[in-house]
Amino acid sequence: MKVWKCIVCGYVYDETAGDPKEGIPAGTRWADVPESWACPECGVAKADFEMVEI
Amino acid sequence: MNRPPVVIIGSGLAGYTVAREFRKLDGEAPLVMLSSDHGGFYSKPMLSNAFAQKKDADALLGKSSVQMAEELKLDIRAHVKVTAIDVTLKQVVVNGETVPYSKLVLAMGADPIRLPLQGDGADAVLSVNDHADYRRFREAIEGKKNIAILGAGLIGCEFANDLVGAGYNVHVIDLAPQPLGRLLPPASAAFIQRKLEAAGVVFHLGTTTQQVERAGEGFSMMLANGETIAADVVLSAVGLRPRNTLAEAAGIKVNRGIVVNVSLQTSDENVYALGDCAEVEGRVLPFVMPIMQAARALAPTLAGNATQVRYPAMPVVVKTPACPAVVSPPDMGAQGEWQVEELEDGIRALFHSAEGKLLGFALLGTVTAEKNALAAQLPPVME
Repeated sequence: MKVWKCIVCGYVYDETAGDPKEGIPAGTRWADVPESWACPECGVAKADFEMVEI
Repeated sequence: MNRPPVVIIGSGLAGYTVAREFRKLDGEAPLVMLSSDHGGFYSKPMLSNAFAQKKDADALLGKSSVQMAEELKLDIRAHVKVTAIDVTLKQVVVNGETVPYSKLVLAMGADPIRLPLQGDGADAVLSVNDHADYRRFREAIEGKKNIAILGAGLIGCEFANDLVGAGYNVHVIDLAPQPLGRLLPPASAAFIQRKLEAAGVVFHLGTTTQQVERAGEGFSMMLANGETIAADVVLSAVGLRPRNTLAEAAGIKVNRGIVVNVSLQTSDENVYALGDCAEVEGRVLPFVMPIMQAARALAPTLAGNATQVRYPAMPVVVKTPACPAVVSPPDMGAQGEWQVEELEDGIRALFHSAEGKLLGFALLGTVTAEKNALAAQLPPVME
């Protein structure tokens, strides 16, 4: 499981936790998050996230 | 090979996103960025909810200008002032020296509007529009208790919520009868007002601040309705004015912002503008999503593949944890009506045309989860 971070606002998407509020179940791999998904904090597109090492 | 560089004026989200997108397409072309501040990359949206994120000014700085220069193969000149643009010679004057450009990108942002205030404390009123402003603001409120905010719009409400969450007493003053009046229908505005009041924010609406006088270590504010408020720090958040004087002096067409077409091109064919300083087909949209859309269209244009910007529906998240909110305002001039549905812990407002087409929404509380489903039904803002 990996963690991705929004380059604009710093919001973190953790594959382990998913984003259930936006309909992304826990455990959803980043590759499987739909392209239409947007950062819940600042609204930028999925393309503006980068992977962070933890 | 002496091709002049692409020159970007401004190192905010607009400038850096253009640079990043351009580098994805062209790894070699020379790129110069001129910045009036330190030139580091930071998250601007987080300035108004930094306490909730447990961040101070240092923590908000993502990467220094040195890191960014290396990452994007950019020549960044920090703390410089651009005093003139010469569109005929295709050069800009920076700290007295000329810098030639092949294409020029204006990403200079906007200035906070200053209200005309009386009193000897008027010049001490702060505003937060960039990273350095935020550092000054945090230093000013350190160890203080009472903050007054001028303006109950998006930024004013976000700061108010963030500051009450951090234990401050917060007063918000606005001429409008309700907070977020430009984004929300009245019933929704009343809802978020109640939630923010329950969190501790005190609103003084339908009135203006007339005078800010120094009083001891702080200030005494006199409002038009006769009230007096004591504040340690006064923060102004009454809106932004696009920075367009440099462009105007160069003979580039400006209106409210720097006028650009759907290709983000100004009245001069080698000069482009985006972000808070730009007026795209009549629209000044100082939000994150329009900037990202514009940057993604401008980068290929600069790389030689002319591309028009397209604005999809772009919902704006209002970062008020006391009342989660997401708004997709109807486009300017849209005809229709709000229908407001009050729910147990939220309020759903939908803006429909006479034909029943969804043109906008404002979701507060629990219904914010419907954002994506509703956004998918909205027409694009600009095709």
